[in-house]
Parts: sequence; C-alpha cells; structure tokens
Amino acid sequence: MSKLIYLDNAATTQVYPEVLDEMLPYFTEHYGNPAAIYSFAGESEQAVAKARKQVADVIGAKTDEIYFTGGGSESDNWALKATAEAYAPKGKHIITTAIEHHAILHTAQWLEQHGYEITYVGVDENGTVKLDELEAAIRPDTILISVMAANNEIGTIQPLKEIGAIARKHDVLFHTDAVQAFAHVPINVDEMNIDMLSASGHKINGPKGIGVMYIRKGVKIRSFIHGGAQERHRRAGTHNVPGIVGIGKAAEISSANMAKNNEYETKLRDHLIERVLNEIPYTRLNGHRTNRLPNNANFCFRFIEGESMLILLDQAGICGSSGSACTSGSLDPSHVLLAIGLPHEIAHGSLRLTLSEKTTLEDIDYTVDTLKAIIERLRSMSPLYEDFVRKNKEE
Amino acid sequence: MYSEKVMDHFNNPRNVGEIENASGVGTVGNAKCGDIMRMYLDIDENGIIQEAKFKTFGCGAAVATSSMATELVKGKTIQQALEVTNKAVMEALDGLPPVKVHCSLLAEEAIHAALWDYAEKNNIKIEGLERPVNDISEKEEAPEEEY
Repeated sequence: MSKLIYLDNAATTQVYPEVLDEMLPYFTEHYGNPAAIYSFAGESEQAVAKARKQVADVIGAKTDEIYFTGGGSESDNWALKATAEAYAPKGKHIITTAIEHHAILHTAQWLEQHGYEITYVGVDENGTVKLDELEAAIRPDTILISVMAANNEIGTIQPLKEIGAIARKHDVLFHTDAVQAFAHVPINVDEMNIDMLSASGHKINGPKGIGVMYIRKGVKIRSFIHGGAQERHRRAGTHNVPGIVGIGKAAEISSANMAKNNEYETKLRDHLIERVLNEIPYTRLNGHRTNRLPNNANFCFRFIEGESMLILLDQAGICGSSGSACTSGSLDPSHVLLAIGLPHEIAHGSLRLTLSEKTTLEDIDYTVDTLKAIIERLRSMSPLYEDFVRKNKEE
Repeated sequence: MYSEKVMDHFNNPRNVGEIENASGVGTVGNAKCGDIMRMYLDIDENGIIQEAKFKTFGCGAAVATSSMATELVKGKTIQQALEVTNKAVMEALDGLPPVKVHCSLLAEEAIHAALWDYAEKNNIKIEGLERPVNDISEKEEAPEEEY
C-alpha cells in the first residue's frame, strides 16, 4: 500500500520538520539538566524559558503561569484532582459536561468514589453545552467548572467566553481541556476568564509525551507529581527539554499559521461535508455545522458499523476513526454521540475524519469516492438495511 | 489484530445474501451493542442443509464469524449443524481477539435461531436445540429515527 491519506489528525499529528530540528540538539549537544548550576546547563535552562514564552503567548498568559507536564491527560488529572484537594474546605462539588474526554470523565468518576459530587451538564443536539443548565448547577459548594474548549470527536467549539463569565460571576474556578483547541482556534485566558487550561504537544505537530497546564496566578492548587523543585515546586521531574522545546516551537508555528490554515482546512472540510451529505443517503453530520474545529468532520452512516468501515478505508490507504463500540473495546458506542441524542445503532456507524493543512482536495475526493463504495458494500450485507428497504417497499 | 483467515472472510465473505422462502431464518443480536446477524438456511427433505446465507451488521469479526458459520453448516445435517459451536467457528478462523469472542457466540446463536425457525415452521422438535437468548427474529424492525 503506497497511498496514505492521513485523516486522523485529532488522534495525533506529524511532527513539523522545523520542530524536530529545533529539538535534536537538546538530545545530544545541550543535554544538561536545566536545574544544574554550571554554565553548560544554561543552554537548556534558556531553551525551557523560551518555550514557556512561546506557549504563554498563544493564550495570552504570563510565563510563570505555564507548567510543563507529561501530556494532556496528566494536565487534566492535575486540574481536577489537585483543585478538588486544595478547595475541599470550600466544597466538594464539581461541574463538568457529558461530552468530555475520558481524561476528565474518568478522573471525575474517580473523584466521585472519593467523596466528591460531580454534575455532568448536558449538551444540545449540536454538542454545545447548555449554558442555562450549567449556571443552574452551581451551588455554594461548587469549586470547579471544567468544560472542554472543543470536542475531540464531533469538533464542536464551546462558548468559553460565556462559560468563563458565568464562572467568574459565581466565583468558581474555570478549567478548560483545550487539547484539541490549543493553537488551533483563538483562546485568550483573560478574555475568557480561564483559570486553568490543559494542552498537549502532539496535537499541534509537536512531540508526544509533553503537555502544558496553564494555572492562573492566585489559584492555589498544589503539586500532583511530588519530587524535585521543578516548575515552581508544582510539578516535579527533570525537565523533558527536547519535548519542551518541541511544544514551544510547535505552538509558535501553529499559532502563527492559525488563520491561514483554518481558512484552508475549513474550505476542504466543507467540501467533504457537502459531498458526503449529498452523495451518500441516510447520513448525518455530527456536531455543529459551522461552529466546529476547522479540520473536523464526523458522520453517522445508518445501517452500518464503524469498525468494518475503518478496516475497508485502511485497505484503501485512508486513516480515519470511529466511535463505535468495537473500536472502543466496550459494548457502548461513543458517549459523545449518545449525549447529542443519537440512538445506539446509529452511533455505531460513526466516522471521524480530521484534516491537516497538508490534506489536498484530491485526497478528499478520493476519500469520498472510496467511502461511497464502502458504505454501499456494507449496506448490501446489512440486515438493518434489508429491513429498511423491505419496510419502505411495503409502505 | 485479526488473523489472516478473519481478514479473508471479512474481505471476501462467503454466502452473503438472502434465500427466498428459506426453510429457516433467524436474526440474533442487539443493535445497541453493534452486532446483528441474520442467517438463512435451505434444508432439504432429508434434513440436510443445502444452502446457507447471511447478512450482518457489525464489526470485522462479526462479518467473518457469520461467513465462517455459513461455510461450516453447509452440507451438514441438522444435528451436525448443532455441533458447530462458537469454539468451532473461532478455531476455523485461527482465533479471535478476546474482545471479539462474543461475535463467535452470536454466530452460533444465528445458526440456532435459523434452526429454531425451521422447527417452528415444520412443527417439529429438534433435540438439543433451545431458542437462543439473543434471538430477535420476531421483533426485528428498522430503526424509527428520522433524518
């Protein structure tokens, strides 16, 4: 298989060559520990400081509010668990949503087992969080609101500014899991009243295994990984200097190209959505039609199951993903698709395609052409489709 | 993650389709869990399965196990077909990943559901055959959701 059309950029991305170039010397030449006193380590220390500034600039933060972590999941765990611990005297109630990433949802469930109460606010059919429900859920003992910036499956962008305003009005901390949105869509922590933010390197053409947590000055959460004095005593562990350099450079490049890439990807995405909806019957788009990540398209094809679709796409050189049960290893399809109101059997037939600025119109057209044949083939062997056709004939 | 045989039966499924006026038709599974199998059997007057066809909504393993199950029951007597267990289907496919074992159980149930339908139609009792737990033959319906 020579052809490879990579349409799973929400899962991970290719490291930019410029990012890798910047990282490499920190493995071999400047390998000093930034915490050391000798001048040889100074190069590493400066590199970390530079990266911290590059990351801070993307979200309008101050450099001493940026903490490097081992990835987005660690940042999410830290935000929830450490806030829960630090603010327990005020209360033990946390508000989040039904469509969060598992790094938030499973952490919230863990907290529930440890004496905390969690409210999972619902979303509308587009996957937009219900603001009235969110505000109504706030109680005197609410210590945190955690709402993702953009959904990883269906791409819907959340009204962060409005949520931030609600949180501020009620004096509750606001955390956002921005793993899918950071350096992809504009975020400003001051304008949006964000107190904590999680981000990840490998979703922005940086390396894997490096993440960021923004913590607003004054938020009193403590260390989650205990050990050395790194990261202002808040996150122990020798700095992953190449990774930090990588996420810094990737953040800088992605942020600088944001407008240009978004315009390009939005056009391609809309072409993809239009062709699929027009040319494949019994298909729906999941997520908001316009207020979604520029590179995200998510469909449900009735009468078929996602894994079969992915295997056949793979054989045609196309990488996509699905929220079907079979791809999650459980019996339930995606919690996100269920939360927007889809019945199980339809949620099983979902397909997520996420583009990059390298995706071409030719790639999209080839993908749609291939997909049409795959859907037709799988429907021809689906008992659900057989019943549907028979029922239509009878009527 | 799948064996070569599973991939072969997924890519080139044997006996896909319907049999008109089949001797027995059974549908098993649960659309909620993402697997539905329908098996059609054509059984002659000597109780030999002359033809078997299937339609499946499900993952790669669901398609492959249905395909293999139809292959294994073709030409068999009813009693022999009852011996086609999920283990037999799995072995014939050179194994399945642990999370996919339920697909082979469903394939076994699809055979049983089709035989159950045959027995009911002919008012006979097949020894050793029980109606499968996941038999949904009588309540099958296309989803009602509107688009």
